[in-house]
Amino acid sequence: MEIALPPTTAAPVEPRSAASAMAPPSRFGDKAFEWLTLAMAMALVVLVVLISWQLWRGSSLAVQKFGFRFLTTSTWDPVAEQFGALPFIYGTLVSSLIALVIAVPLSIATAAYLTELAPLWIRQPLVSLIEMLAAIPSVILGLWGIFVMVPWLRDYPFPWLKRFFGWTPFFTGPIYGPSMLAGGLIIAIMILPIITSVSREILRSVPNLQREAAYALGATRWEATRIAVLSYAKNGLFGATILGLGRALGETMAVTMVIGNTPQIAASLFKPGYTLASVLANEFTEATTDMYLQALFEIGLVLFGITILVNLLAQLLLRTISTTSATRAVQ
Amino acid sequence: MYSRGADNHTWRKIKSALASGIAFVSALLVIAPLGLVFFHLLVNGAGSVNWDFFTKLPAPVGAVGGGMVNAIVGSLELLVLASVIGIPVGVLGGVYLAEYGSARINSVLRFMGDVLNGIPSITWGVVVYGLVVLRFKGFSAYAGGLALGLIMIPLILRTTEEMILLVPNGYREAALALGVARWKTIVHIVLKTASRGIITGILLALARVGGETAPLLFTAFGNRFWNHSLNQPIAALPLQIFTYAISPYDDWHRQAWAGALVLVTGVFCVNILVRLLTRGRGVSVV
Repeated sequence: MEIALPPTTAAPVEPRSAASAMAPPSRFGDKAFEWLTLAMAMALVVLVVLISWQLWRGSSLAVQKFGFRFLTTSTWDPVAEQFGALPFIYGTLVSSLIALVIAVPLSIATAAYLTELAPLWIRQPLVSLIEMLAAIPSVILGLWGIFVMVPWLRDYPFPWLKRFFGWTPFFTGPIYGPSMLAGGLIIAIMILPIITSVSREILRSVPNLQREAAYALGATRWEATRIAVLSYAKNGLFGATILGLGRALGETMAVTMVIGNTPQIAASLFKPGYTLASVLANEFTEATTDMYLQALFEIGLVLFGITILVNLLAQLLLRTISTTSATRAVQ
Repeated sequence: MYSRGADNHTWRKIKSALASGIAFVSALLVIAPLGLVFFHLLVNGAGSVNWDFFTKLPAPVGAVGGGMVNAIVGSLELLVLASVIGIPVGVLGGVYLAEYGSARINSVLRFMGDVLNGIPSITWGVVVYGLVVLRFKGFSAYAGGLALGLIMIPLILRTTEEMILLVPNGYREAALALGVARWKTIVHIVLKTASRGIITGILLALARVGGETAPLLFTAFGNRFWNHSLNQPIAALPLQIFTYAISPYDDWHRQAWAGALVLVTGVFCVNILVRLLTRGRGVSVV
């Protein structure tokens, strides 16, 4: 059997020429792909610049015309083209503050329960339920707020508060239902999940040595939680609170539906209020004149500025304790 | 002395049990709204979720009946538009952070991502109104889809980055050692390995923006009829729920509850699907 050999006339292949015949691997694909992904990642920077630029440009005339008065006066009269945002800023801050007062103790207690005190089998189901609560769209919570929560508040807790705490300026005057207090309560419900889950990540990142030391000294479960865990994590818990504040300030739909939408500054929490986000939601499509639209853009700019500052503070506080899981829960 | 010590010990035990009890009640209060909202959605909405709801346009003002088929389809169209923007930018941007970026660039990009995540969703509506609606003189499906897509970018980008970082380095080294180009390694090996996690992140982002109302108020605007062109205003389920909820008509309130029940069911289904996809893996869903 004869093996077909290549014709002997062909020149023997030299190793060197073979190597040079193989084209050097093209780096074009790699470079192109890297630049493509870089361009996409830069979208983050572009978006931040774009938002700032658009809000600034959209409100420049109003900023020039009203200057600092925009933040310190309370007249909101589109017909006379007089715009002062103080009642909205006040409403945003007060409703968020009410939300924090309600949500922070509940969230931190829940986080402590989930990491330290609860029986093991109950923890995962509870976490799942809290994540479900976070998934409810704002508008649905608002719908529930209008038709279930506000009537209930009007009929039971509000009269009760008025009877026992009516001597303070906060619970006086007629009870309508839609009110600053109702707005604060609905925001509280919206921010419970985020504060709880960030606090939980922070408590989980407390080293076990802390707990062991406390138990070794004979501490009960609660003493160990209080002395070794909660006090150790207090900076992080403060960061979680500020992060919740950032979310609260920007909450829109649910608040708009229950706060009453009346621009006024009143001590009584039974009175309706108005927030920056709500005035945008309600009036943006009705802005008939250029200056009206400019004023609304400036409202957007103020809201953007406040939330950015608050979020920066929160990131800073959470960075210092720097746990990857804590920053991940922030999303 | 000893008995006092024992008393003290008992008291400390009681205090510990009391604290556990209070923490337990707090946890119940935190999840109570979930139960209450779901209960009332079923009670008020289930009766109005019927065949008409899924097949008919909204009835004229004053007429009873009608459905929300245009809003359901509109929401899906908006989600498709949003995906066209959000998914490629988010996934490829995430690839850059995980595979190429230096520590310095990454920390800047992550910081920007955190800033974007903290921005109230209504701000996106305002910005897209200025960029698109004012410029092209009209509300449109494109504007609404863009607003939702921009919200999706930082969400998808961060989960993609995390999922890619979970892929063991050995996979990359094996492919590179075989002479595979780096970009092919990333596309065929790394992205493929991480695909389940990336899809999870995309689904969560879709569930999140699918329930958004605020960015659509002055971009997509809403529509009581079919949308025939993406240059025209379009209906969306959350928008329709909002309009009906603040209206004075009882029949519209019933429709709002029905719409809310459908929307929440959709959002929960996606969340449960995600939970099944990521069973046993620590993926944060909030």
